[in-house]
Amino acid sequence: MPTGSAAEKRTTGGWDTGGWVNPLRDPRDKRLPRIAGPCGLVIFGVTGDLARKKLMPAIYDLANRGLLPPGFALTGFARRDWADQDFHQVVYDAVKTHARTPFRQNVWDRLAEGFRFVPGSFDDDDAFDRLETTVADLDRIRGTGGNHAFYLSIPPNAFPVVLKQLARSGLSTQDGDQWRRVVIEKPFGHDLRSARELNEIVGDVFPEDSVFRIDHYLGKETVQNVLALRFANQFFEPIWNSHYVDSVQITMAEDIGLGGRAGYYDGIGAARDVIQNHLLQLLAFIAMEEPTSFSSDELRAEKIKVLKATRLVGPLDETTARGQYTGGWQGGELVCGLTEEEGFDPESGTETYAAITCEVETRRWAGVPFYLRTGKRLGRRVTEIAVIFKRAPHLPFDATMTEELGQNAFVIRVQPDEGVTLRFGSKVPGNQMEVRDVTMDFGYGMAFTEASPEAYERLILDMLLGEPSLFPVNDEVERSWEILDPVIENWATSGASPDPYPAGSWGPESAQRMMARTGRTWRRP
Amino acid sequence: MIVDLPSSTTSAVNRKLVELRESGGVLALGRVLTLVIVTDDGAGIEGAIEAANSASREHPCRVIVLARGQRRAAARMDAQIRVGGDAGASEVIVLRGYGPLAADEAGAAMVMPLLLPDAPVVAWWPAEAPAVPAQDAVGRLAQRRITDALSTKNPMKAFEQRRAHHVAGDTDLTWTRLTSWRALLATALDHPPHEPVTAAVVSGEAVSPSTELMAGWLAARLEVRVKRSRAEQGPGLVSVRLDRASGPVELVRSDGKVGSLRQPGQPERLVALARRSVPDCLSEELRRLDADEIYASALAGIGAVTRGRASVRTSAAGAPS
Repeated sequence: MPTGSAAEKRTTGGWDTGGWVNPLRDPRDKRLPRIAGPCGLVIFGVTGDLARKKLMPAIYDLANRGLLPPGFALTGFARRDWADQDFHQVVYDAVKTHARTPFRQNVWDRLAEGFRFVPGSFDDDDAFDRLETTVADLDRIRGTGGNHAFYLSIPPNAFPVVLKQLARSGLSTQDGDQWRRVVIEKPFGHDLRSARELNEIVGDVFPEDSVFRIDHYLGKETVQNVLALRFANQFFEPIWNSHYVDSVQITMAEDIGLGGRAGYYDGIGAARDVIQNHLLQLLAFIAMEEPTSFSSDELRAEKIKVLKATRLVGPLDETTARGQYTGGWQGGELVCGLTEEEGFDPESGTETYAAITCEVETRRWAGVPFYLRTGKRLGRRVTEIAVIFKRAPHLPFDATMTEELGQNAFVIRVQPDEGVTLRFGSKVPGNQMEVRDVTMDFGYGMAFTEASPEAYERLILDMLLGEPSLFPVNDEVERSWEILDPVIENWATSGASPDPYPAGSWGPESAQRMMARTGRTWRRP
Repeated sequence: MIVDLPSSTTSAVNRKLVELRESGGVLALGRVLTLVIVTDDGAGIEGAIEAANSASREHPCRVIVLARGQRRAAARMDAQIRVGGDAGASEVIVLRGYGPLAADEAGAAMVMPLLLPDAPVVAWWPAEAPAVPAQDAVGRLAQRRITDALSTKNPMKAFEQRRAHHVAGDTDLTWTRLTSWRALLATALDHPPHEPVTAAVVSGEAVSPSTELMAGWLAARLEVRVKRSRAEQGPGLVSVRLDRASGPVELVRSDGKVGSLRQPGQPERLVALARRSVPDCLSEELRRLDADEIYASALAGIGAVTRGRASVRTSAAGAPS
């Protein structure tokens, strides 16, 4: 091994920090993982479902994989009369039940040394002063180095008061090399105006590059794989345009209802809850042009470009659909309709199913409809992106031979059963020429899932590393609201209530009509 | 499911694999690589298969275990196919060759027809390995050759062979066991103060290939004086000290489980740093199918390491410093 070129390679590669290059790093050394530097995480709303089921297990999994810094600190903040030990127990239970990787006492002991709990309510100045002291103590005892992230796992109406408290107590102040970051979860407002207001509130306390908006779909391996499939392969790109693509259907369906979520969901509805963030982000990944590099700036530039070119297709009365599930037997279980769910207004006009039609006004996509749909209490839990191709312009067969031939389709199964399905026609064995649809499966999930990290692991680690590419920026959020707002306004002004659909079905009649007007149908995912 | 094919041939094995796929709908198409495990017939086989099965959850593969049986016997090949629950996410083919079929060339000829089309081949010697893996009959079929000096009868001798005969594509699990140490050290240098390292000391057990390799890596990367010393206590690699103008960065693991990171002006930080299991190491190895240049340079760097005579004392993790 010639070592003469080592010094030269070191200057081009390595971990460049302000002109200084770490001699122990080398871009060819792909084994070395990125471990977050000294830091701590403060979670607001540790008693919530998200914290227990996702955040705490993800933190343990990261520790278990050796990706958290030695001396990492986790501080919980909530209105509970807990001591540090009670908080330990809560995290322990959450990790035992929900962590992905096996429990190792050795790892747990090290992690648990960094747990702190601060009791208090959001309007309590003393509590935030105590939090400030706790964080300063952690810097001294655990060596967190003044680097702290604040995870707001709380309802958005509590954001202003918490952010104000962070500013007042000096917790949001960043000096020199130290960083302070804030993580917020959807919803980012409920329309363009409120999104702007929210952003102003956050922006007053934290600069934009310290704000990490979590859209957990972007942390999923399958979604990141869309970019790999499209830009690392040769055979998708030539047909990835309106010459060959007939339409794109993006579906996110859930089989569960909304029992217990009235406080959040009533008055918000499916379109705001899912289409504005997850589905439009998926659309951006599918439709974007190739970025000049995979740096976060370039990726975002392409995503924003494609979102700016995305428009609704009208007339909205015919090209959109909304529904609300009614009670009935779903998969062997008697379930109630939305208006009978606990906490919902019996007259509630909130939609639990929403479908819209978009188009992307670029040379690549002109004329290709993008259908986006989401709903609760649908047939099964599934998220997928289906790219449906045009029929072959000429079929050298008799009509009877291709009766059973559908359209070719390329389906990315985002969850569950992650993978890719390709549907095409094949000859049926026998002495007649007869062509029928078959599928070819790539089971990403089948063999890879056990080792592929949870979305939250990836996102929390990226946030601690300050790597922003998987987090939507404010421009994307605002642009998504601009796209969706007219639909919601149209539904509001029409005065009609959402169309009912039975629990366990694939949505209301109006959704089928919306497709039928152009001679298409929804895929059954 | 386990299917035994006594006194068989590779074409019969291939036929049976296709038959199993058709009748049981079992797997086999999404495989990304073929892993050939070369070992002597005996108790070690199951441990190696288990490690391969657990690695296959991350890297779906076809595992071919080439077990060399009695040389003084009649020529015979026994085959066994494991699929489904008995094979993790892989399919396992165990080939036992006896008599002339226990020889290297004949073994490679048995493996050849069972390699997956157009997919990389990785060879793994879980215990004793040939002196020059790249020139071995099976080694020549593979892009990647994995050995484990520590599990041989004479680890230092095996490690010296690795050093002397390194070819791009070879790696030894000695190197894999260092990844978490290397990551912690590299991360420690990522953050300010960004001062050059002026000297380094690595200490460990008297017989510890990993300690040698760590010293070699630091010598190659830092191009400063690196001293390798004996540690008074602790298994394997025990401590690394990087001297800088503002004070040393030290990573110490004296009990084989918990590491302690010490930096000037910062509190001591503990980190779980247990010695890694073989399945864990194998998973990491299979993640890389290209040559590991950094490993090569670390091997080359060992020549520049100086030997310390006095042994190094390290205070235990968690002790007041």
